[in-house]
Amino acid sequence: MAAFEPVLSRNWSVPDGHTLKVYESRGGYQAARKALASDPDSIIAQVKDSELRGRGGAGFPCGLKWTFLPKDRKETLMCINADESEPATFNNRLLMEKDPHQLIEGILISCFATRASTAYLYLRYEYIESYRILDRAIAEARAAGHLGRNIHGSGFNLDIWLHQGAGAYICGEETGLIESLEGKRGWPRIKPPFPAIEGAFRKPTVVNNVETLCCVPHIIERGASWFKSIGPAKSHGPKLYCVSGHVEKQVCVELPLGVSTRTLIEEHSGGVWKGRKAKMAVPGGISMGLLSASELDVPLDFESLRGPGCLGLGTAAVTVMDDQTSIVDYLYNTCRFFAHESCGQCTPCREGTSWFYKTIKRIKAGGGRLEDLDVMLHMAENMGIIPGTTICGLADGAAWPVKNAIVKYRDEFESHIKSKVSVQALPTPLQERIGHGLRADVGGSTLLPVLPAAAVRLEPGNREPHM
Amino acid sequence: MADESTTVVTRAPILSPALRAKILELTPRYPNKRAVTLPALHLVLEHLRCVPLQAMAEIAEVLEITPAEVHDTMSFYGFFPQAPIGDVRVWICRSLSCMLRGGDELLDHARGHLGIEPGETTPDGAITLEFAECLGVCDFAPAAVADDGRVFGPLDERKVEEMMAELKRGRKDPAS
Ligand SMILES: Cc1cc2nc3c(=O)[nH]c(=O)nc-3n(C[C@H](O)[C@H](O)[C@H](O)COP(=O)(O)O)c2cc1C
Ligand code: SF4
Ligand code: FES
Repeated sequence: MAAFEPVLSRNWSVPDGHTLKVYESRGGYQAARKALASDPDSIIAQVKDSELRGRGGAGFPCGLKWTFLPKDRKETLMCINADESEPATFNNRLLMEKDPHQLIEGILISCFATRASTAYLYLRYEYIESYRILDRAIAEARAAGHLGRNIHGSGFNLDIWLHQGAGAYICGEETGLIESLEGKRGWPRIKPPFPAIEGAFRKPTVVNNVETLCCVPHIIERGASWFKSIGPAKSHGPKLYCVSGHVEKQVCVELPLGVSTRTLIEEHSGGVWKGRKAKMAVPGGISMGLLSASELDVPLDFESLRGPGCLGLGTAAVTVMDDQTSIVDYLYNTCRFFAHESCGQCTPCREGTSWFYKTIKRIKAGGGRLEDLDVMLHMAENMGIIPGTTICGLADGAAWPVKNAIVKYRDEFESHIKSKVSVQALPTPLQERIGHGLRADVGGSTLLPVLPAAAVRLEPGNREPHM
Repeated sequence: MADESTTVVTRAPILSPALRAKILELTPRYPNKRAVTLPALHLVLEHLRCVPLQAMAEIAEVLEITPAEVHDTMSFYGFFPQAPIGDVRVWICRSLSCMLRGGDELLDHARGHLGIEPGETTPDGAITLEFAECLGVCDFAPAAVADDGRVFGPLDERKVEEMMAELKRGRKDPAS
């Protein structure tokens, strides 16, 4: 294979690579000038031809998404998804801090193509340094005429506004992001309508991830066929892989799509730490599930991860776990995350994620029962947009780690459950009955429990207690 | 409703005219004023180190929406405390990549070292300790982020103590 030349991260180690001066001296904003001199539809066609797929997690073809915008629209909005909260993912942060102008140029070209003259960059609050760097870079770009009115004499106008989140993972989901931008709670919307038809402020809206947009200037500069020459079929272009957890060096590296977890560990992260062996790895952020030691050669691209039963490539953020990691600890951490982050709108997700968490907590404490595993699996199979029971994909992301862990490491769960029995942690009779799908039976009656009269307080003007 | 607006008017306003102006300055960026809710909450938090109930009602007044709408949004995020937090807020990550390298234990160590629970502030008002899900700095795992933008990691017990000593010396916001 010809040596791969990094493009997205090419300025990262250049001194002052984040400044406009250095960016321009390295060919920056040339692609934007070229784009602005052509017409929007031809830019969309080039992005479509490149088969660039969204880097935010879903892998949807970017150019195709842009064609969904209604032809007769009066206004278009762009939302840049910089909420990056998927555990183990940090490539957007590096893209924003080390080369903010590459992102601004990508936004400029994409907004020109989709005819959006307002762009909101929704940035997770914890990226405080990214905010400062972007704020400065946007001001620089504006002063140099790359943003604002009549950019480079094209007649095209663009404003980019930074909008900070407030610590909620769900605001990374595109419609949760839109609701949050509108000043509401970040509750994902039922789709359709998709944002391209009716998005932020009910206007046609394009939502794209930071890394997706960073690919755009390179496609314009080097052409769609260059982009397609990188990576396997259906997964083209360069990708920033994050590697963390039990490796010697936690890194973010740019490689063609389709490298394996083993390559990432052995060639780019200095191997598993402390000379140990890898027991398993998360392939693309924790929502994507789990690869066992024997699956580490699966290519990390948009298509191959379904083979080992994972949800997908996600954010291509790999977390490596060594052979001393307990599967119970892994699942406990994962379930805790989703129970904390479910927005609470859909019953299967709200109840399911906290049920997972309570169950794995009890298993970890030594009060597990073998049947718990089947109850968890059953639930995992029934929550999410894939089985069609929830509004957004958070529930699928919560279910996949459960499914993968129990299917791939059932023996380990069983021996943990059998060897660790702690009386205090055992489930209560009520939990037992619910676990068996029986009606809650408190006090020997088969009726639902009734509150004792004294517990029902009637407030003035409140004729009946709300039951 | 009538009662609520009298409450607001009869008390001295919490938001200074300068702060109100800063909030209003953001409104032309969006098609409607409600979209300024989160930016306004952030501005108030930055100035008051909390968002008390009355400030919330005043944000509503500035943005011409109801206090209930501001409250609904604010409470969803669990990010805006009603009582003042410390001079610096520090989040210690408890998500997977940090956990694998001892994140949970370090949070526990920080708790013991400061003598407060996550979500609480040290008695001298210097530090508010919180846990967080992945902070997006897993290349520094196990890691922590302070609300002046400093990133700490990879941490161990000694480094957690050093971090706290460093934070007690005060915020490091860049001169603006
Ligand atoms: C629960 C959940 C969280 C998400 N978080 C993010 C995120 O932090 N960043 C992101 O770009 N996309 C995230 N996504 C995906 C977005 O919904 C959307 O697909 C993406 O921003 C589209 O951009 P792209 O096509 O450029 O990838 C999330 C999706 C779900 C279901
Ligand atoms: S699936 Fe979960 S996170 Fe998504 S909308 Fe429903 S409750 Fe909220
Ligand atoms: S898992 Fe801790 S910063 Fe990402």
